[in-house]
Amino acid sequence: MSGDFVRRLPGGGPSFRNQRGEFTWFNLDPWLMLILLSIVGFGLVVLHSASDGNWMVVEAQLVRLGLGFGLMVSIAQIPPYFLLRMAPLLYGLGLILLLLIYPFGIEVNGSRRWLRVPGVLNFQPSELMKLFLPMVLAWYFNERHLPPEVKPVMVSCLLLLLPAGLIIVQPDLGTGLMIATSGFLVLILAGLPWRYMLRGSVLVLVLAPALWFAIKDYQRGRILTMFDPERDPLGAGWNIIQSKIAIGSGGFSGKGLLNGTQSHLDFLPESSTDFIIAVLAEELGFLGVLSLLVLYGLFILRGLMMSLNAQDTFGRLLCGSITFTFSVYVFVNIGMVSGILPVVGVPLPLVSYGGTALLTLFAGFGLMMSIHSHRRITLL
Amino acid sequence: MREALALKDHRSESQVYVERAATGAGVVLVLFSLLILRVGYLQTVQYSDSVARSEKNRVQVVARPPVRGLILDRQGVLLAENRPSRNLEVIPEQIVNMEDTLSDLVSVLEMSEEETARFRRLSGRTTRRFESAPVLFDLSDEQVARFEANRFRFPGLSVQAKLVRSYPQGALMAHAVGSVRRINDRDAISLNATAYASTDHIGKLGVERFYETELLGQVGYDRVEVNARGRMMRVLDGVKPTNGQNLSLYLDAGLQAAADRALDGRRGAVVAIDPKTGGIMALLSRPAYDPNLFVQGISHRNYNALRTSIDAPLFNRAIQGQYQPGSTLKPFIGLIALGSSTITVSDSIEDPGWYKLPGNERLYRDWNWTKTNDGGHGHVNIEKALYRSCNVYFYDLAVRLGIDRLSQDLKQFGFGQASVLDLPDADAGLLPSRAWKQASRKLPWYPGDTVNLGIGHGDILVTPLQMAAAVAALANRGRWVAPRMAKNQSLDALERARPSGSGQLPEHVWAPIIGGMEKVVHRGNQIYGENGTAWAYIGRDIKYRMAGKSGTAQVVAIEQGEVYEASMIEERQRKHAWFIAFAPIEDPKIALAVLLENGGGGSEYAAPVAREIIDYYLLEGAGRQVPSVAMVSRQ
Repeated sequence: MSGDFVRRLPGGGPSFRNQRGEFTWFNLDPWLMLILLSIVGFGLVVLHSASDGNWMVVEAQLVRLGLGFGLMVSIAQIPPYFLLRMAPLLYGLGLILLLLIYPFGIEVNGSRRWLRVPGVLNFQPSELMKLFLPMVLAWYFNERHLPPEVKPVMVSCLLLLLPAGLIIVQPDLGTGLMIATSGFLVLILAGLPWRYMLRGSVLVLVLAPALWFAIKDYQRGRILTMFDPERDPLGAGWNIIQSKIAIGSGGFSGKGLLNGTQSHLDFLPESSTDFIIAVLAEELGFLGVLSLLVLYGLFILRGLMMSLNAQDTFGRLLCGSITFTFSVYVFVNIGMVSGILPVVGVPLPLVSYGGTALLTLFAGFGLMMSIHSHRRITLL
Repeated sequence: MREALALKDHRSESQVYVERAATGAGVVLVLFSLLILRVGYLQTVQYSDSVARSEKNRVQVVARPPVRGLILDRQGVLLAENRPSRNLEVIPEQIVNMEDTLSDLVSVLEMSEEETARFRRLSGRTTRRFESAPVLFDLSDEQVARFEANRFRFPGLSVQAKLVRSYPQGALMAHAVGSVRRINDRDAISLNATAYASTDHIGKLGVERFYETELLGQVGYDRVEVNARGRMMRVLDGVKPTNGQNLSLYLDAGLQAAADRALDGRRGAVVAIDPKTGGIMALLSRPAYDPNLFVQGISHRNYNALRTSIDAPLFNRAIQGQYQPGSTLKPFIGLIALGSSTITVSDSIEDPGWYKLPGNERLYRDWNWTKTNDGGHGHVNIEKALYRSCNVYFYDLAVRLGIDRLSQDLKQFGFGQASVLDLPDADAGLLPSRAWKQASRKLPWYPGDTVNLGIGHGDILVTPLQMAAAVAALANRGRWVAPRMAKNQSLDALERARPSGSGQLPEHVWAPIIGGMEKVVHRGNQIYGENGTAWAYIGRDIKYRMAGKSGTAQVVAIEQGEVYEASMIEERQRKHAWFIAFAPIEDPKIALAVLLENGGGGSEYAAPVAREIIDYYLLEGAGRQVPSVAMVSRQ
């Protein structure tokens, strides 16, 4: 693939139209940008209400969004071949950082998730892995014959399980599972034969009872609570009971912004972070939730179109897996808040208040933009 | 290395990807549809349930206590009011370690041993979850300041201001007004939980108990919005409480105080009634207790001291003390005898100082009987029998009337029944009859029993209140008025059936009896044995016309089972002294009964008490100003 870059057309620069006649600006896809800005704008309105009309919170979120856009634009300028070259290196770096947690990690609430660069920043290496793992898998399959056979599948499973395992034992089951899912999505998109998946599923079902005893008490509690929140109405079940009440009491058109009693009287926990969809559902009702889901759907659609237009396997797989991972986040978050999935700490993408996860998202969008805008001429 | 050599088929790879992406898109569509269905289900099917639950979350109903009605005397003097008290309240569920909290609190508030023990007792008794219970009462300004300064150390504890009952007259009105007590767990079972939702006290004795409904008022409530931590955010709406009605009594605080002065620390009871209305103007039982002690809960030590005292301060002698009426019964027997034409005014007997039943050797002595048989009252008619309190005359009269007529006709004066309208604790006394004796003693009625009944001895028992009510009927020349505490129209509906046979006596019976009673007080300066029995003690300088009758009751037994010193027993075996009176004779304004426990002779000891009280009422009280008191209730 050493010749790829030779045939690459210049993609950067402030042009408004790329070689295929598509609108573009600084390598950014205008459609994705439009949808992105709509979701972010909608999210800020909801966040303003969820934080009791506190503009400080909105400003802080705006600052993060600004950083996120900056990161996205920067990454969009990086040519994909460079990303491809860097992928194994970045993956290795991510693994080392995950391992460094053991001697140097900061323990918070009984789990070690954070690394500290003294005087500079604290960060979670698992956030980096959310992108490095899909990248390395896309890189791996880029060189392989697809659909993959047994050996590449084994190798990619190893690449996947190594970081996921390290994160799960931190312990951070939610993030570990989400990262494993994002890697697994690359495998599926690469053409993992269905029969393997079937066997894998059977294996998981067989191992499930053993897994039940391996996980921690609080994790078991979360799963049990999902099935029966009233089991512990003042403890683990509280969040889910209150969020279901918030959603249900919103009805078709909601109680109006800033009028949600569940969130503003603090019955709803984490109302501006993980449970923000409940605020939206309470105050803007079914219409609000539907609008947001339509925006998410458009975003996913555009992401898939971008992946289909990617010029190589690396681009396709990376772009596709980021898009699908994004949809998994949406599903898991709303599923958790509405009580059909156990409570795992997954924020609602682009809407929940919070820093690191938002930056990771924008970094991923930057990768998608980069892949989309730096393309060879389509001969078809 | 076949793999490496194999050509990558970009077309088919892309084809696989398109296939997979399409499948993925389908899955995403299904998952998103699932979310929409789920949220839609919650927002339609579960909508009304969720709205109800979110309302229940946010809205709390907080009861607002009504202010208890004031109790005032006839002049507007406050007998029971409400004062603010700052109490320390605890929500036990919010306290991690009660012992640590308590030891911190002891040092901050400088609590006494007793308070500490009480804190333990009250905080350990949690009936309702997440509700605060008072554990310390009447904090001083300094204590409140100290607590507030250290508040961060005491989550789950708070100072609450509440209105509590206060009895400004203290022990003086204890037995007349009664008192409220803190509602305990046993009360809570039978009470209407809504009506008492935020009321801590309930009337337990006296008029406080009888007029509980009127005094309590009606509870109100606020619907308040609370946040998840239970903090009140705002009041949404509510219903104001209806405060309790103020209660005006016939009691006269000045008269009550005069009665107390007249008793001068002696054990006994005074009941004074306005004969026109039946209103009880004084109801005194001594010794008494401070009812304020009971409002917030009395300490075990104080309570035991009151309960076990030989003087029985908790015992309401005025309405529950049952004594033989002694000679105070004589006027009523006289009335019956005149009314039934058993005797006439001019009928007289010769009193040798003793009486014998026919065919029986037992001597029933007169009080001035001597061994030489030269005592006696000589020639005695009904009037003299009263002012000399001749026993032999009434022995004979009782036997002539017979027990059946006596037990039937004495009822009309309220004997043997609790006729007071609004004192639920009043006792009925005992009016003996053949049937009663057969039923309770399994013995026939003996003629000797009738002889004893003639002078108010034997089985008959009356309370001071009954005696006063009977005197009021006498003062009214037969018009019965049921005694009552409150000036309350609704009492008329409650008016009990008149005592049977009342109003049956003919007009001519009153003058000789009242005349005899007048002479008890006013007949003086005669030869030895001709003065009224009370004249020497109260009649010499009296400025109005009073009808009176003394009495002396035998002490049946020492009630308390404990061993007391011999001198005490001796004192407590002395006779009870009675004096009944009304005045002025032509236009009676006050009728009263005085009882001195172990007081000695009625004329010598009880009559001056009665005179002092009536003096106050008719002479001093007449010109006195109504004390100006704040009648404004705290509402």
